[in-house]
Amino acid sequence: MGRTLAEKVWDDHVVRRAEGEPDLLYIDLHLLHEVTSPQAFDGLRKSGRRVRRTDLTIATEDHNTPTIDIDKPIADPVSRTQLETLRKNCADFGVRLHPLGDVEQGVVHVVGPQLGLTQPGMTVVCGDSHTSTHGAFGALAFGIGTSQVEHVLATQTLPMAPFKTMAITVDGELPEGVTAKDLILAIIARIGTGGGQGYVIEYRGSAIEKLSMEARMTICNMSIEAGARAGMIAPDETTFAYLKDREHAPKGADWDAAVEYWRTLRTDADAVFDHEVVIDAAELAPFVTWGTNPGQGAPLSASVPDPDSFTDPSEKLAAAKALEYMGLEPGKPLREIAVDTVFVGSCTNGRIEDLRSAAAVLKDRRVADGVRMLVVPGSVRVALQAVEEGLDKVFTEAGAEWRHAGCSMCLGMNPDQLKPGERAASTSNRNFEGRQGKGGRTHLVSPQVAAATAVLGRLASPADLSDATELAGV
Amino acid sequence: MEAFTTHTGRAVPLRRGNVDTDQIIPAHWLKKVTRDGFEDGLFEAWRKDPEFVLNRPERQGATVLVAGPDFGTGSSREHAVWALQNYGFKAVISSRFADIFRGNSLKNGLLTVVLPQETVDRLWELTEADPTAEITVDLVERKVTAPGVEVGFDLDENARWRLLEGLDDISITLRHEEDIAAYEAKRPSYKPRTLPV
Ligand code: SF4
Repeated sequence: MGRTLAEKVWDDHVVRRAEGEPDLLYIDLHLLHEVTSPQAFDGLRKSGRRVRRTDLTIATEDHNTPTIDIDKPIADPVSRTQLETLRKNCADFGVRLHPLGDVEQGVVHVVGPQLGLTQPGMTVVCGDSHTSTHGAFGALAFGIGTSQVEHVLATQTLPMAPFKTMAITVDGELPEGVTAKDLILAIIARIGTGGGQGYVIEYRGSAIEKLSMEARMTICNMSIEAGARAGMIAPDETTFAYLKDREHAPKGADWDAAVEYWRTLRTDADAVFDHEVVIDAAELAPFVTWGTNPGQGAPLSASVPDPDSFTDPSEKLAAAKALEYMGLEPGKPLREIAVDTVFVGSCTNGRIEDLRSAAAVLKDRRVADGVRMLVVPGSVRVALQAVEEGLDKVFTEAGAEWRHAGCSMCLGMNPDQLKPGERAASTSNRNFEGRQGKGGRTHLVSPQVAAATAVLGRLASPADLSDATELAGV
Repeated sequence: MEAFTTHTGRAVPLRRGNVDTDQIIPAHWLKKVTRDGFEDGLFEAWRKDPEFVLNRPERQGATVLVAGPDFGTGSSREHAVWALQNYGFKAVISSRFADIFRGNSLKNGLLTVVLPQETVDRLWELTEADPTAEITVDLVERKVTAPGVEVGFDLDENARWRLLEGLDDISITLRHEEDIAAYEAKRPSYKPRTLPV
């Protein structure tokens, strides 16, 4: 019987297989950041162990880093200690680190791909759930806990429990104005935040094949919000073109050998998935969340749902609780929800293409009065590219704040936070209670919707903008 | 991880059920960046009371915690185990542990022993009446003894073997070092490296 993409990559990494034990898998790339690594290094130190493969390990600072005044000492003592600890650990153990201020610094899931370190057919791990991002290259990439981080540091392997396979096939043409973010939000709303539990999801179909690498990363990034272990997309010409000539991509004869292998990384025609979902791209529309988990979303043209419309009692209860937290009434059109803050950034939508599409909407327009808009590039390289293209000017001239790279308001571990009761349209991936600041309310959106929302001060898509200007008689 | 064969020590009788991990080590301690130094956070809220059993002079240096049922419920934080170990506990006895806590404890070399509640009651009475009374937890013979008490306990063979040998997950994997090296020798040269070689 044929094998799926995920099964092929898995099989190629089995170091040891024994009856009644989980497979021991080899890890090709281990990404580290300051939050989940300190105790792992401390554990190594206590047991007198070393990092087995420093040449397969790389660290960046992202979660705690400030996005303004980056040359000043970090005020919060906990953040400061975490960053200082990472610096010491990387120095002590010989791990490559891109600290704040370095040109390669940025959100770990933006940095790996942009350096060309993430490649098809690899196993990639990081003490961070959004490691699934790297699956966009046809890599098997998953988030791990701190004790597993220590295990990988010491052995470059991980015992892994088996997974189930799911295919999500998206065929057809995405309508104008519908992005990868809308697609993944619609998928999560359809299968639920637990729908992917235990599965590695493979996204396939003609609509997926047409997506850029950046859009594919957006999709795989949020696989975890559907509860999946990982998300993957088979590598193709788009993948190879993205990787060609990147710093760590194979060169010369190695490149040819690599591409030859990468071309085999496709699900066999006779392979069987444990579960299949089919989605018609043409039916999709800009999608936003109204609740407090990423599955509580709806097309922008819809209204806030009535909790009573849910048949499942736990969903009903969750919806009622979410609406209370979000301060929303059932029946209110989503387009009438006013926001105070707009955040463009994160490992979901903080890459150059995301900034380009937000800037295209903002060009020659202004952020509405009373709305604060933060644009936080996913990495320093993304920021430099944006500056070269003049995008930073578009943002600042529109009245948005152009910040330094990092996770920023995606989780508010640094000072970029919502205040209690504040409402944000955010291009990040989690709308949990308090995720962007205690009491803060989050609507997950695409970069285009974020930009249009900033202009109108209420949830909107770019298509709403021309109407709005006409109505206002401008 | 330190091997555990048999341990004898004085006890702390903790007459409380449903002690969750937030009571064992409150959330604000999770900001630390090391695996040690959690001893002062252990049962932090209760220790503000000078009469709390852990604060009593006669309990200083005790190494066996005899706790009520459902010990270690709540958040999965491994810090709860570290805090108990940092404080000096080698074994915890209860009639029922939360699963994740039990898994974490055995992985870290803290022996959690399940005994019937009547036995726990007897150990409480005994150690409350005589703070110098010692409890022996013998993993080789799989039994707990104290003056007038001798009772066997169950522990799955794999967990027992790991504790007896002092093997953590990493040590177990490193026993297959040859397999790892053999795999590495076959890795294609086009796989990326983060450092120049
Ligand atoms: S940007 Fe957000 S989701 Fe991504 S790694 Fe940072 S905190 Fe996590």
